[in-house]
Amino acid sequence: MSEQNTDKKLLEVKDLHVSFFTPAGEVKAVGGISYDLNYGEVMGVVGESGSGKSQEAYSIMGLLQSPGKVIGGSITFEGQDVLSFSKEEMTSFRGSKVAMIFQNPMTCLNPVYTIGNQLVEALRAHDKSISKADAEKRAMEMMEMVGINNVEKRMKQYPHEFSGGMRQRVMIAMGLICHPQLLIADEPTTALDVTIQAQILELMKEIQKKTKMGIIFITHNLGVVADICDKVSVMYAGKIVEQGPVDDIFYEPAHPYTMGLLRSMPRVDAESYERLIPIEGTPVDMLNPPEGCPFAPRCEKCMKICLKKMPPYVEVGPNHRSACWLRVQEQMNKEEN
Amino acid sequence: MSKYFAKRIGMALVTIFLVTCLTFLLMNAVPGSPWLSEKSPSEATLAALNAKYGLDKPVHIQLMKYLGNLIKGDFGVSLKMQKNRAVTSIIAEMFPVSAKIGALALTWAVLVGVPLGCLAAFKRGKFTDSVLRVVCTLGISMPSFVVASVLLVTFAGGLAVLKIFPTIFDPALGWRSYVLPCFSLGFYPMCYTARQTRSAMLDSLNQEYIKTARAKGLKNVKIIFKHALRNALIPVITYLGPQVAFTLCGGFVVESVFSIPGLGRYFVQSIQNRDYPVIMGTTIFLATFIILMNVVVDLLYKVADPRINLTKGGE
Repeated sequence: MSEQNTDKKLLEVKDLHVSFFTPAGEVKAVGGISYDLNYGEVMGVVGESGSGKSQEAYSIMGLLQSPGKVIGGSITFEGQDVLSFSKEEMTSFRGSKVAMIFQNPMTCLNPVYTIGNQLVEALRAHDKSISKADAEKRAMEMMEMVGINNVEKRMKQYPHEFSGGMRQRVMIAMGLICHPQLLIADEPTTALDVTIQAQILELMKEIQKKTKMGIIFITHNLGVVADICDKVSVMYAGKIVEQGPVDDIFYEPAHPYTMGLLRSMPRVDAESYERLIPIEGTPVDMLNPPEGCPFAPRCEKCMKICLKKMPPYVEVGPNHRSACWLRVQEQMNKEEN
Repeated sequence: MSKYFAKRIGMALVTIFLVTCLTFLLMNAVPGSPWLSEKSPSEATLAALNAKYGLDKPVHIQLMKYLGNLIKGDFGVSLKMQKNRAVTSIIAEMFPVSAKIGALALTWAVLVGVPLGCLAAFKRGKFTDSVLRVVCTLGISMPSFVVASVLLVTFAGGLAVLKIFPTIFDPALGWRSYVLPCFSLGFYPMCYTARQTRSAMLDSLNQEYIKTARAKGLKNVKIIFKHALRNALIPVITYLGPQVAFTLCGGFVVESVFSIPGLGRYFVQSIQNRDYPVIMGTTIFLATFIILMNVVVDLLYKVADPRINLTKGGE
């Protein structure tokens, strides 16, 4: 975390609702999530496929694909209301203030333009006054920063002449070329093999230290979260079920879903007889979400009330909150004593 | 690269040889002869004419002789339509007329068709897209003589109100006489190009790199015309290559409707008249042109998409 501005909010998301209006009905991909991100903070967003973690990020960028729509809530970035931006404001906001890198670096670069062309273009989209030579110089600096050698030659090459890891480095360079305050990384390591994953993570950590930018790191890999994030939001069925500092999430998980995720993750320090325990059941049908807590049908500690009412958030520690009736119960017991 | 060209030229020669043989044999299999007209000449005259032009010999001997002449660059002379005039000189006179109209027609077809296709893809499912789809389906399903007739009726005095353009093509009248033929000749390729562009654009607009381009904060114009269009060009180029050859060689229907002295009309008339050397000459000319355009298409693939490697199985 950076020294300055730690108390200042970079991004504030409040009660965000995103729905997809499909022929089969309304799919509430994101059902009212709230979080803050301070300057220089790295937040992990964890959840399984379809939990709405990517859609939530896309709505910050205004990149929701039709028929997806933000239907409620607010997104405030550096005090500005992002959702009220005009088309032009949104275009100049994207890339300059917030950058995004995606899951699959193999398909994210345009195959018919050189790497240099695509990097320079990202810069010149927001800085009209910069000369082509200066832009190229800057692009080469960025490529060096992300650990690409022989940049002069690499600039003139096409994406198919780069390996997957190298392409992801290019994507990172492209995202950072305009010095954004926030980087949204949508599963940036998922499509890479393990050694490359580690390299890319290392690179992102290094750059984060250097640039002090905020990062929203979307992933389903808890190992990645532990490595790079300051805090974590665990999403299930379009809702944040638990949110807190990274250590609390790992050592004192307060939601059965988080516990389940942790148990299903291989650990180096595990005893040899310990088996991984999967979370039973299937993800929620988002067209017909159940009443009450969405995780209840799969939850081993499910109670009657869980099936009827969505639990409120309970503060279980400093900056650590969880939406689970068990925690509500605990708190009530505490208050009684 | 030189290996690639050597291979292509070799293949081209084989293709032209096969086209020549096939056309020659089919042409001779069709009943009739160049000498038939309203007044049939006497038996003796026919025999003499056949002997003079070598038509009395068996077909395979005629073919051998024709191929022999072809290698020397001799395409023979017209038997009927412009009697004894060299076929090469006829093509040299007629092709530029067709080519000029064809080039203008294709130019507008591409300049309008490609942007319309992009627009339709960008507005897919919306009103603009539906309107364009109707126009393009109409253009593809309507024969060119219908388009030409509608234009004549509307803009060339058929309704006696608007007489902007002449009914008969006459280069002396300047640009006015080009408008209707070029429009009717280019309407089909325009619609087809628009449709091809639309479907290819729909595909490329769905690619991940478009998402990257949007995330970079590029404007829509740049996303569509720089990032999506270049990736959508391959099918369009594939269609347009041979189409250039066909259109530049003239459309029979349009040339007939507007009385244009072009190659397309002449080609069909030569078949009706069994003017064998003219049929052969124009066929070989068109075949060569198409083959040439296919090489150009290959080279353009490489320009449009740097991943394409012509030397390694780039057929």
